[in-house]
Amino acid sequence: MSATIDTAIGGSGVAADDVLLEIEDLRTHFLLDDGVVCAVDGVDLRVRKGETLAIVGESGCGKSVMARSILRLVDPPGQIEGGKITLHRESGPVELVGADRKLLRQIRWNDIAMVFQEPMASLSLVHTIGSQIVEAVRLHENVGKAAARNRAIEMLDRVGIPMPQRRVDAYPFELSGGMRQRAMIAMALACRPSLLIADEPTTALDVTTQAQILELLRDLQDEFGMAIMLITHDLGVAAQVADSMAVMYLGRVVEYGGAEQVLAEPRHPYTKALLRSMPRLGRAARTRLTAIKGMVPPPYARPEGCAFHPRCDAVMAGRCDTVLPRRVPLREPVGDREVTCLLYEEES
Amino acid sequence: MSTEPLLSIEGLTKHFPIRTGLLGRQVGAVKAVDEVDLVIEPGSTLGLVGESGCGKTTLGRCIVRAHDPTGGRMLYRQQDGAVIDVAGLKEKDLKTYRSEVRMIFQDPHSSLNPRKTLREIIGEPMRVHGYGTKEEIEARVGELLERVGLRPEYANRYPHAFSGGQRQRVGIARALALSPRLVVADEAVSALDVSVRAQILNLLMDLQEESGLAYLFVSHDLGIVEHVSDVVAVMYLGKVVEQGPTEDLYTKPLHPYTEALLSAVPDPDPAAKRHRERIKLLGDIADPAHVPPGCPFHPRCVYAKETCRTDAPPLREVGGRRVACHFAEELELRGVPDPDVREVSA
Ligand SMILES: Nc1ncnc2c1ncn2[C@@H]1O[C@H](COP(=O)(O)OP(=O)(O)OP(=O)(O)O)[C@@H](O)[C@H]1O
Ligand SMILES: Nc1ncnc2c1ncn2[C@@H]1O[C@H](COP(=O)(O)OP(=O)(O)O)[C@@H](O)[C@H]1O
Ligand code: SF4
Ligand code: SF4
Ligand SMILES: [Mg+2]
Ligand SMILES: [Mg+2]
Repeated sequence: MSATIDTAIGGSGVAADDVLLEIEDLRTHFLLDDGVVCAVDGVDLRVRKGETLAIVGESGCGKSVMARSILRLVDPPGQIEGGKITLHRESGPVELVGADRKLLRQIRWNDIAMVFQEPMASLSLVHTIGSQIVEAVRLHENVGKAAARNRAIEMLDRVGIPMPQRRVDAYPFELSGGMRQRAMIAMALACRPSLLIADEPTTALDVTTQAQILELLRDLQDEFGMAIMLITHDLGVAAQVADSMAVMYLGRVVEYGGAEQVLAEPRHPYTKALLRSMPRLGRAARTRLTAIKGMVPPPYARPEGCAFHPRCDAVMAGRCDTVLPRRVPLREPVGDREVTCLLYEEES
Repeated sequence: MSTEPLLSIEGLTKHFPIRTGLLGRQVGAVKAVDEVDLVIEPGSTLGLVGESGCGKTTLGRCIVRAHDPTGGRMLYRQQDGAVIDVAGLKEKDLKTYRSEVRMIFQDPHSSLNPRKTLREIIGEPMRVHGYGTKEEIEARVGELLERVGLRPEYANRYPHAFSGGQRQRVGIARALALSPRLVVADEAVSALDVSVRAQILNLLMDLQEESGLAYLFVSHDLGIVEHVSDVVAVMYLGKVVEQGPTEDLYTKPLHPYTEALLSAVPDPDPAAKRHRERIKLLGDIADPAHVPPGCPFHPRCVYAKETCRTDAPPLREVGGRRVACHFAEELELRGVPDPDVREVSA
């Protein structure tokens, strides 16, 4: 039984040559004095070449820890406890869990680059934007200073920063929030990675600036062909840019599928509830929203069985509170879909 | 609505001086709020939207008199029906106003004193305003906790023991302690998760229905504002550029900035993606320390004409709404399509 499911999901057995990154049963835990936080607790995911995969979910559900695990950027005492992360490079697959520092350094920027919610936290404050891009480029490619600086200017221009010849010598604090995020993106793409991980890149920005940045990401993807893993808590943002989508709840992926399909016809009770609880433009004003009962439980107190069961309106007493649901592939008219919910286990 | 305004704001202005570092000489002013006119009806919700730095918080803080306005009037209709201007009132005369007009803050983490129990936090405004005996306050705190969906036993706990959503409920309980007539909610749900946000929005709407309080609901999230507001005002660089009944303003905006804002909102409905095209805003968010001449929006407006560079459009009545654009009548702007229409044509 489990073997058939694995193949259907495109586990390592499948010769899926369009897969760029494959995450299998990833577990990243924080061993704290007062307990273990299972921030990522059995995530399976894959990113296809050139696609945008949105990771959505409420705060604390493990999106950032999952993403940071890929590049081994998890803060201590966080630790990868198990699982596999396979990056399919042109030269062949490499395993990232357990990779040595040298290999990871090579992969960072060159193959996988990351931008964060708050660009100020990842940009150095005492160096100009240009010198930071130059440094990143020269660390990974054998190019001279002048060539690297030209690359920096070209990238700043490409991400829509006006007067790049001048801005290349600007310090991060001299730029607006939107400009800083553009500069971060310029830096991330300077070495032409095949995967860009963007963790809430527009959350700190206004809707107008957010729209500009999302559009920029889309254009850059068309031009450079990189895949994007976009982490967001905003289903609207996911709808704008994503090809596929994974919904996370308490450290696991509960639903995965084509973005349009998941949004138009959510299957997992959590995805359904999330969509219902959102105010949407153009819906009747001043109506009550369908809230999800309760709240995301504290990370130590992970509920038994299906972690969503205390809040689920389809909960089956005696089952959902004891049995851990498996990923179930669903037969869909378009694309793949996987749901981690006991309601669907009979179907498969 | 049959009633007279609860609060009528006229020409409200708040300028912050810009000083040079060395001599502290004033070299200019940030026009954070610039000649704003607004009306808040009793029992209704006025939504306030606009990009970061456009003056929403400053306006809200002027209304609760956390800021002293630089100019203008705030005509407040008291319980007895008399109308007073609270813009220039001295602290000693503000006591009643302060008890009737309260604020809920954005950040439920930093706005509650971590060293005080919920009982002290929620009871404080009652003590300050001499609400009643210790026992009466105690009982009221329990009542309020229940009303916002928390257990009365929680009164002895400290804020750190609660989640963001629960802390925001505490903030709401505190704002409600004195049975206010107007609550200024500044990004009150912005820091919350989607599922919890819906609970808090429902709570705010229920409270309004029960006690007839009015809200000034400040948010940069246009979806939420549409959801809770009777009337919406759009701010740009310290000024209101459009104001009108929620549905009218969303379905048929009259100001190019409103149109651009609406078109930038990402909609989770996959059908919407195909139907909407973003209206491009030129350039970056504007700086209220350097307000452009003419129409302040002209450097970013795709419809700007020559006159826009030199002549500032006044806020004027157009079809039951107020809008500050020279071409409000001529432009055919796009709003949010009705979702039913959208589904039919999809
Ligand atoms: N105490 C102050 N001294 C000087 N300038 C200030 C002060 N408070 C606000 N400002 C300026 O006034 C303008 C309006 O600020 P305000 O906080 O009202 O914006 P906002 O619309 O609430 O923005 P946001 O959406 O980011 O909360 C900004 O340019 C801000 O920098
Ligand atoms: N440095 C850390 N120490 C302890 N716990 C952490 C740390 N970073 C994250 N966590 C915990 O891991 C879980 C997932 O966090 P995160 O991935 O940041 O969530 P998201 O990005 O989905 O909001 C949360 O319960 C969070 O409290
Ligand atoms: S497994 Fe049960 S509790 Fe969990 S989402 Fe499915 S129905 Fe709800
Ligand atoms: S007055 Fe001119 S610049 Fe201003 S909003 Fe109208 S068209 Fe645009
Ligand atoms: Mg995060
Ligand atoms: Mg503000």
